[in-house]
Amino acid sequence: MFLLKQKTTLPGFHLALGYTVFYVSLIVLIPLSMLFIKTSTISFADFWSIVTAPRTLAAYRLSFGAAFIASFINIFFGVIIAWVLARYSFPGKKIVDALIDFPFALPTAVAGIALTTLYSSNGLLGQFLYKIGIQSAYSWTGVVLALIFIGLPFIVRTIEPVLQEIDPEIEDAASSLGAGRLQIFFRIIFPAVLPSLVTGFSLAFARTIGEYGSVVFIAGNMPGKTEIAPLLIITKLEQYDYSGATAIALVMLIVSFILLALTNLAQWWASKRIGMS
Amino acid sequence: MSLARTESPLIRRILIGIALFYLILFIFMPLFIVFSTALEKGVSYYFNSLKDPDTIASIQLTLITALIAVPLNLVFGVAASWAIAKFDFRGKNILLTLIDVPLSVSPVISGLIFVLLFGLQGIFGPWLRDHGWRIIFTPSAIILATIFVTFPMVARELIPVMKAQGNDEEEAAITLGANGWKTFWYITLPNIKWGLLYGVILCNARAMGEFGAVSVVSGHIQGFTNTLPLQIEMLYNDYSFTAAFAAASLLAFLALFTLVIKSLVEYRFRAELKAVRKGAH
Amino acid sequence: MSIEVKNIVKTFDAFKALNDVSLKVETGELIALLGPSGSGKTTLLRIIAGLETADSGEILFHGEDASVKKTKDRNVGFVFQHYALFRHMTVADNIAFGLRVQPRAIRPSEDKIKAKVKDLLDLVQLDWVGDRYPSQLSGGQRQRIALARALAIEPKVLLLDEPFGSLDAQVRKELRQWLRRFHDDLHITSLFVTHDQEEALEVADRIVVMNKGKVEQVGTPQEVYHKPASVFVLNFLGNINLFQGRVIDGKLYLGNAPVNLGRGELKSNVKSANLYIRPHQFDISRKPQGDNAIKAIIKFLNLAGSSVKLDLSTESGNTLQVEITQQEFSQSQFIKGESVFVCPKDITFCEYEI
Repeated sequence: MFLLKQKTTLPGFHLALGYTVFYVSLIVLIPLSMLFIKTSTISFADFWSIVTAPRTLAAYRLSFGAAFIASFINIFFGVIIAWVLARYSFPGKKIVDALIDFPFALPTAVAGIALTTLYSSNGLLGQFLYKIGIQSAYSWTGVVLALIFIGLPFIVRTIEPVLQEIDPEIEDAASSLGAGRLQIFFRIIFPAVLPSLVTGFSLAFARTIGEYGSVVFIAGNMPGKTEIAPLLIITKLEQYDYSGATAIALVMLIVSFILLALTNLAQWWASKRIGMS
Repeated sequence: MSLARTESPLIRRILIGIALFYLILFIFMPLFIVFSTALEKGVSYYFNSLKDPDTIASIQLTLITALIAVPLNLVFGVAASWAIAKFDFRGKNILLTLIDVPLSVSPVISGLIFVLLFGLQGIFGPWLRDHGWRIIFTPSAIILATIFVTFPMVARELIPVMKAQGNDEEEAAITLGANGWKTFWYITLPNIKWGLLYGVILCNARAMGEFGAVSVVSGHIQGFTNTLPLQIEMLYNDYSFTAAFAAASLLAFLALFTLVIKSLVEYRFRAELKAVRKGAH
Repeated sequence: MSIEVKNIVKTFDAFKALNDVSLKVETGELIALLGPSGSGKTTLLRIIAGLETADSGEILFHGEDASVKKTKDRNVGFVFQHYALFRHMTVADNIAFGLRVQPRAIRPSEDKIKAKVKDLLDLVQLDWVGDRYPSQLSGGQRQRIALARALAIEPKVLLLDEPFGSLDAQVRKELRQWLRRFHDDLHITSLFVTHDQEEALEVADRIVVMNKGKVEQVGTPQEVYHKPASVFVLNFLGNINLFQGRVIDGKLYLGNAPVNLGRGELKSNVKSANLYIRPHQFDISRKPQGDNAIKAIIKFLNLAGSSVKLDLSTESGNTLQVEITQQEFSQSQFIKGESVFVCPKDITFCEYEI
């Protein structure tokens, strides 16, 4: 399967690749294959009744739906943030730029308790939302808020380099041909960053559908209402219902792989259309 | 800057304002709340809560876990990036996809697969029980799950760095008579050291902060299988908010430290990349 | 040391980079591998260095099979196109590298290494840059350091991949002459790759013209320029004019007069021929001279340079490039738009159709 296409003089290929394949098999392939082996011991009828149970469906709806909404909101603000970081200079920009990756570096449990404290009904921000009738923590809204936090760096960091690489001369050229600033943005810049928007969205979405640590504190965890799919897996495990946990996990895994494949396809299509594959 | 390339000052300010508002809401405020809550009962309370024996035990377990997982993934990362960045072979994309798997799988699923392997109802569970061994609900399972979750971190940082540097310098070293190890040690390693450093720091941050996967396999036994993030969860659920945030502040410091290293590396790497470009033209 | 390349074949995926290439380089020669991009010249150089492996064929160094030796033991100096200087080392450390990685048993002492580095820096006339880093040097300086680094291991063969490819035109010309003098002093068997015909003609003892993975011709600069072995070589080395010759009664006609081939008789089965004539192989005058004079109009005159270049348009609408000396021009004083007669003096190459 792994054949060197060309002989080269650089040494160590077989050693490096051999070790890599061995380690990947041991750490990833064998453990991951358990999911499929275990599923194969469940009858299809059982499998179907587990994954279509109302509680399971509600958990899927929450995990996938909240991830979608959060990624969508992040795309909008992510473009503005990436734009501001790529184009403008303002005091403290370097610190702001470095902190974009904070959600990526911060352990999810810490993010979870911090966001919950912040958005609970007597929290620093939650009290204002509560006054205008929005219960943020322990609800759908809370899940979305946590996923916005988690997904943000993926989106900003995908768009920012693309914005930086757009040749300023192209904008000058468009302007010399009579285009206004808004026209330049929508006809020149936006098409150029579109593939990166798709990538960023898919990265953030994939990362957030399975998110557990930051969500579990703020979600409320009411079965059928504010219970995310990963928590349902843990609940089944704690009841020693390995089959149930595995079935739910497998569906999550397959759905997220299908979504990733679809977004890859969309991205390929978008980049082909504007000829920058 | 030419007029065609920028907006009026008003629009610029509005955009900066929106961006900063969003970032304050979602990044600065959570960061602030961690430290303010940790210190709300004073500095001495803060340090006392960190001296709790169970918290100390959880810190120890976290350190041991990282100390095992990070070096293993470091060796793997160097080997994988050497093979992937420097050579062209069939099956490379499959390998790259497999390396990314732990990043696209829910942490809970990452934990679950080890339960299916080693748990009592798992494939090796009965065999392990018959031999008097246990893995699930012991530190071994925590270490295994952590290795799984953090295993792409070093490789993913190194592959683009090694690719960007090409094979020219290594080939030059070999025509000058250097053998494989000397080429790697004197030529490749100095060129990737910053990327390597960041990869290790990031891998470490993830290893110390992993929650979901570890939560599944740990069993939450205080003083035995609680890592620092699990201890934080336990303290929080026991309504010991201040103690929970004190422990959390340690991990927040770790995250900030990681970001500082990342900024440093980016600064260095940008300078190096510039030098490379200058060298080529 | 002599190098012999025998029947080398190399494919990348479906692309045949080298197709049965053979070549002999004598000790002390300076050879240019000349060809367009994709002709396989760099691949051949890398195979000689051992940086690539041929699918089949042999490389002999001084009559001995080199393919059993690994790159690091071949003792070839290789100068990379983009220099491949180690950017984290000073210039002096770069040059010393090949000596420092030698096995302890044969490695020179640190003092000797330092002395050698100094000698090499003197040799490439850059003795003041030892403590600098590669990024602090200009392109031409880097090129010379790359050469010094390759020479440190006292190679028996020197291989240079597009040595002047990434330099400015001015620096390029200087370094070109410098390399020629340098080679005359050291006499290391050297091969360099180039796609610039002028560079090859000016510097090399012999030129290997390559195209599509094959050797088209091997010869001295005069040979490949004046006696090209194929239409490709003809086109690649300098400008050329193409004429259709007709065969009447066993004689080849250009215009109304038979062409003096000067290279033996025309074979009886030839039906027509393509005649290739270099721009300087014409007489040009206001009155027709000789029977195969061609009438043409001067479209453009370029007076700058050692010769005068004229672009002409014939009656049949073809363009013609003609070059005359400044002296000839000062006598005739042709002007743009003028009608003139062009008469070929000689033919560089005939391509017969049977």
